[in-house]
Amino acid sequence: MLSIDRSIVDAIVAHARRDHPDEACGVVAGPVGSDTPTRHIPMENSARSMTFYEFDSMEHLRVWREMDDRDEEPVVIYHSHTATEAYPSRTDISFAGEPGAHYLLVSTREPDTEEIRSFRIVDGVVTEEPVRIVEPAVDPHAVQSYMFGQSPATVDYECSGR
Amino acid sequence: MAIEVRIPTILRSYTGGAKVVEGAGDTLGDLLTDLDSRHAGLKGRLVTEAGALHRFVNVYVNDEDVRFLGALDAKLNDGDSVTILPAVAGGAFGFAAAAAISQHRAAAAAISQHRAATVAARDAAVAAR
Repeated sequence: MLSIDRSIVDAIVAHARRDHPDEACGVVAGPVGSDTPTRHIPMENSARSMTFYEFDSMEHLRVWREMDDRDEEPVVIYHSHTATEAYPSRTDISFAGEPGAHYLLVSTREPDTEEIRSFRIVDGVVTEEPVRIVEPAVDPHAVQSYMFGQSPATVDYECSGR
Repeated sequence: MAIEVRIPTILRSYTGGAKVVEGAGDTLGDLLTDLDSRHAGLKGRLVTEAGALHRFVNVYVNDEDVRFLGALDAKLNDGDSVTILPAVAGGAFGFAAAAAISQHRAAAAAISQHRAATVAARDAAVAAR
């Protein structure tokens, strides 16, 4: 099961909506061994495609080093499908290279509803898992740490329609 | 001549679980051959049968992507640090391609039906004359 804060899910969905119809991608880092995603890092889709995503190789290195330095690991690797369901494609399965990560897929094919599903992809085998969205126990407006890596002006929490 | 090589999680089965190993070589290709002598199979995950670096594996020498340094011919020096990261990539392409093909098939079927109907109508018109 993937447990993830509502604020992070909202930020991921906002990122996916913002980049629609291109696919959006990113990572949520968390302390090594914790299985808890805490730090949302939207990544650039260097493929800039409606049907493909690829992390920019230099950003990938920078972010992975940063996680190493902070004793973090990629707990969640997410991307969006913009015209199809939130289920791993054959492409997703063949490229999945982080056996410890939760692969989160967001579909933006419906403008008003969100489709969020999570999978483990290990040695070509896909296993869907439940997603538990943790509602904030504190004032959500006090939580600003998820804007890492981007200008606050471009973060639109209203996009998710909540 | 020692070069530090950082191994991603998915390839640690070749290094006995080690995150960092050491190797030697004047070029990246030599280094991978050297590593493969102790960690059999590792090179095959990084280099294609045709002898090129896999498209979806990123290899860096210090802070540079080796694609900009000559790929397997990239020169190495003592003390360099090599990092291997499987590319994070994917997308709906598989589905989109399947959908496009099935739509194409449906379209082709519709066109042939339309043609058959047109021919039948024309034949009927000729017969009525």
